[in-house]
Amino acid sequence: MSNDPIHQFHINQWIPIHVGGVDLSFTNSSAFMVATVGVASAFLYLTSSNRGLIPTRLQSISEMAYEFVASTLRDSAGSAGMKFFPFVFSLFMFVLVANMLGMFPYFFTVTSQIIVTFCLAILVIGTVLAYGFAKHGSKFFGVFVPSGVPKLLLLLVVPIEIISFLSRPISLSVRLFANMLAGHITLKVFAGFVASLSALGALGIGGSILPLAMTVALTGLEFLVAFLQAYVFTVLTCMYLNDAVHPGGH
Amino acid sequence: MFVSSAHAASTTETIVAQTDTHGAAETVAPGTTPDAHATETHTETGAHEKTVFPPFDSTHFASQILWLALTFAAFYLFLSRVVLPRIGGIIETRRDRIATDLDHAARMKQESDDALAAYEQELADAKKQAGSIAQKAQDEAKAKSDAEQAKISAALEKKLNEAEASIAAIKEKAMKEVGTIAEDTATEIVKKIVGGTVDKASISAAVKAVRG
Repeated sequence: MSNDPIHQFHINQWIPIHVGGVDLSFTNSSAFMVATVGVASAFLYLTSSNRGLIPTRLQSISEMAYEFVASTLRDSAGSAGMKFFPFVFSLFMFVLVANMLGMFPYFFTVTSQIIVTFCLAILVIGTVLAYGFAKHGSKFFGVFVPSGVPKLLLLLVVPIEIISFLSRPISLSVRLFANMLAGHITLKVFAGFVASLSALGALGIGGSILPLAMTVALTGLEFLVAFLQAYVFTVLTCMYLNDAVHPGGH
Repeated sequence: MFVSSAHAASTTETIVAQTDTHGAAETVAPGTTPDAHATETHTETGAHEKTVFPPFDSTHFASQILWLALTFAAFYLFLSRVVLPRIGGIIETRRDRIATDLDHAARMKQESDDALAAYEQELADAKKQAGSIAQKAQDEAKAKSDAEQAKISAALEKKLNEAEASIAAIKEKAMKEVGTIAEDTATEIVKKIVGGTVDKASISAAVKAVRG
């Protein structure tokens, strides 16, 4: 097996599909998107199938996820934002399960592909824009005009607000992508040290303890990052949706 | 990557050197041979096309966007139609159940409080009644004993009066008789001493004078 830390991000065609010269093949990335959706759906569906008044352990995990996302959304976007709950919950579960599946050795990490995270971010911003303009019309431009700022300063503040709004899909997608990518590369590099050092004989095996300990520690850290990034993605989505629900409210 | 760069100086010979080290490793672990071979050929072809960082390789963007759209849409539909109403329903049912149970408990507590209050009222009434009965009995007994006492003391008074009357009568009679006895005694004494009879009238006058 190659020690190349980039190798894990390669996309391999499993079932080639070409439509009008466009490559729409079913790849390992597609397979893990299907797996992410399958695992998350199956878990949520099966654990809640008893509808137990007293939840089992697994059922309470599903309920915790539900109430966690619901309270996050309600805290930042208010009860008017709760119409986006299925959307936000789907995003959270998708990103979380994709990140967690990526922690398995030899598994592909869907969220380490910039195009995937960018599409998710565009979906969020697109929802904000579509709902904001449909609901508030031109009043939605109030997002760019903070209240309580002197008129003269608005000349400076409004362009800044517009730039920060436009950079949202980029920061939202790059944050998730870069965290997953960097974490997996670091993990692979340290794990590679263990393999290459232990090939050098007894001294090397002794020396490989250090990168091995590092790999174990990093694995723990990566699990934390996998959860944290899913959470951060969700919280930011909730804040952006708050703009769509209450424009000019900040 | 890190091993090969350490081992081989020239970049063109990298893959060859890597294959060589893998060949040496094969004798230790023969099971990995085909796998290692396959990855080598893959990286070789990849390097020949373009050395682009895989996440930025735009050749797969269309496929990823399509499959992301398909899977995420399916996920969203499944969650919003099936899973979320179900989990929300479970939580709602539990909340309702807890609320009704709490109401029930509050009602039960109210009932028990009422029962306790009624019991205490009953007890207080019973105590009051018992007190009044005892008071009545005591009063009656006292009245009865008072009446008895009055009757007895009246009878005693009567007897005392009678006794006093009879004593007075006896005394009077005795006093009367004292005079006669004295006269008789004096007559007798005079007869003995003087030896003659003395006039009875003078004797009684003398006795009367002595008695005052």
